[in-house]
Amino acid sequence: MFKRRHNHKAKSITVYLEGEKLAAREGESVAAALLAHGTGDFRRSVISGGPRAPYCMIGVCFECLVEIDGVANRQACLVPVREGMRISRQYGMREVAPEIVP
Amino acid sequence: MSRDYDFAIVGAGPAGLAAATLAAELGLKSIVFDEQGAPGGQIYRAIEEVSGTRPGDGSILGKDYQYGLEPVRAFRRSGAEYAPGTSVWDIASDGALAVLREGKAWRVRAARVLLAAGAMERPVPFPGWTLPGVMGIGAAQALFKGAGLVPDGAVVLAGSGPLFTLFAVQLARAGVPVAALLMTAQKNNSWRALAHLPAALRAGDYLARGLSMMRELRRAGVPMISGVSNLSAVGDEGLKAVEYIAGGVRHSLQANLLLVHEGVVPNTQLAMAAGCNHCWDEPGRYWRTESDEWGDTGTGIIASAGDCSGIGGARAAEHAGRLAALDAAHRLGRLDAGERDRRAKRDLAARARHMRIRPFLDTLYPPPPWLRHPPDETLVCRCEEVTAGELRRVAAQGCPGPNQAKAFTRCGMGPCQGRMCGLAVAEIFAKAHGVPVSEIGYFRVRPPLKPITVGELAEVAL
Repeated sequence: MFKRRHNHKAKSITVYLEGEKLAAREGESVAAALLAHGTGDFRRSVISGGPRAPYCMIGVCFECLVEIDGVANRQACLVPVREGMRISRQYGMREVAPEIVP
Repeated sequence: MSRDYDFAIVGAGPAGLAAATLAAELGLKSIVFDEQGAPGGQIYRAIEEVSGTRPGDGSILGKDYQYGLEPVRAFRRSGAEYAPGTSVWDIASDGALAVLREGKAWRVRAARVLLAAGAMERPVPFPGWTLPGVMGIGAAQALFKGAGLVPDGAVVLAGSGPLFTLFAVQLARAGVPVAALLMTAQKNNSWRALAHLPAALRAGDYLARGLSMMRELRRAGVPMISGVSNLSAVGDEGLKAVEYIAGGVRHSLQANLLLVHEGVVPNTQLAMAAGCNHCWDEPGRYWRTESDEWGDTGTGIIASAGDCSGIGGARAAEHAGRLAALDAAHRLGRLDAGERDRRAKRDLAARARHMRIRPFLDTLYPPPPWLRHPPDETLVCRCEEVTAGELRRVAAQGCPGPNQAKAFTRCGMGPCQGRMCGLAVAEIFAKAHGVPVSEIGYFRVRPPLKPITVGELAEVAL
């Protein structure tokens, strides 16, 4: 869908999408890094399970919700990448963390 | 009640930056809350980084984008405080803001609050618009500004309006091939728009620039198809084809990226949560925050300036921001009324001049009827997957409007809180009940406006 136009001077950063290493650029959003990597779906709809990916890129549509460093429902288009960041897609509905439900 | 700031501004686009810069100069202790990591808003997104490290991208984006460096620099020099990466997730009618940054939530009080939340692309539901590979043109432009990404593969642009044309030109300059520009403006719009041409000609060089962009596209040989309707996106795990009707014939185009744009609409979520009055703008077909010439919303301490008070574009917003700052300084006893009015003259005149293009643009590029009233199978509410047909069915059963549709269908109750479906839902109910959209109303907007964990919430001192 998208590619990097050129190698600009920004520092390279490594993030992980479900364990897979991704090269990102300092200053870009998690959503930009995933799209540059060729990620098709960011999450699955909580209703039909259909694939979803960012639509607006400005924090409005909430289609880019991913889990970042263990926190669910982060807006990938608003969160800048950070070295070593761990990102997961969201499959269906979020569950309440098992450790706080007896 | 103790006040942390004289003036708190939400949004670091042209209105917010201009307001903060002038307010700081007038001696107000000011702060700007911004969801982005750097000032500029959507229009001047990443302007400092682009100017510093990617000047080639700046040339592609053009002069109107590069113009943004100066207001951003002025803001950086102004002494106003800047809170980047910060979301406002609640606002009380007394202007108390609840903010969230990097997992920390807190409350901020200010003597005067300015909402400068700007605009968003008009969400237009059509069959298949939830597929990965379908996005807003503004979204693709944000990726270019923010990260230097360009569309790749079989790319189709569909829609109308200034940003549609501008982005097509920017892609041509960047050497990105586009399979087709599907132009959805209806042909008879041009005749109706003629009535607004004299005013548009006195609005500055908007028309000349529009015409020059069209020439640039023709020279670049970008395939343009006009009179397009009944757009749909086809695919399973992602977009595979774009279907549409043109010249009375159904066409299909292979594509892996479809970028759509039907103009921009005010971002009113915060102002609605704060209880500000909103009115339906019939020419623009959107809700806007009601405010006077200074931006005052009449609710006490909250003002609203720039595109969230009605689409006027970046330059009009800049003047609106300055007017709101002058009024804030007056209300807080730093400027008497005479001095405020004297200083406001230039901004009032300049804003009025920039606004003269709007009736022309609104008439030339209204959202086409087939997009306002999509086929039954179209998902209108993307979050809860409620179709246009379901909304029409509950309307026929007596459901009066958007707020009752929540109870009937869960429409508007997902994570986006109706931001993506609100306008379409109102249009569908208005047609079903045969009344103007202004009588149908909008979702009641409630906090939290942004995702917040129970832990973050618990930290906020009440």
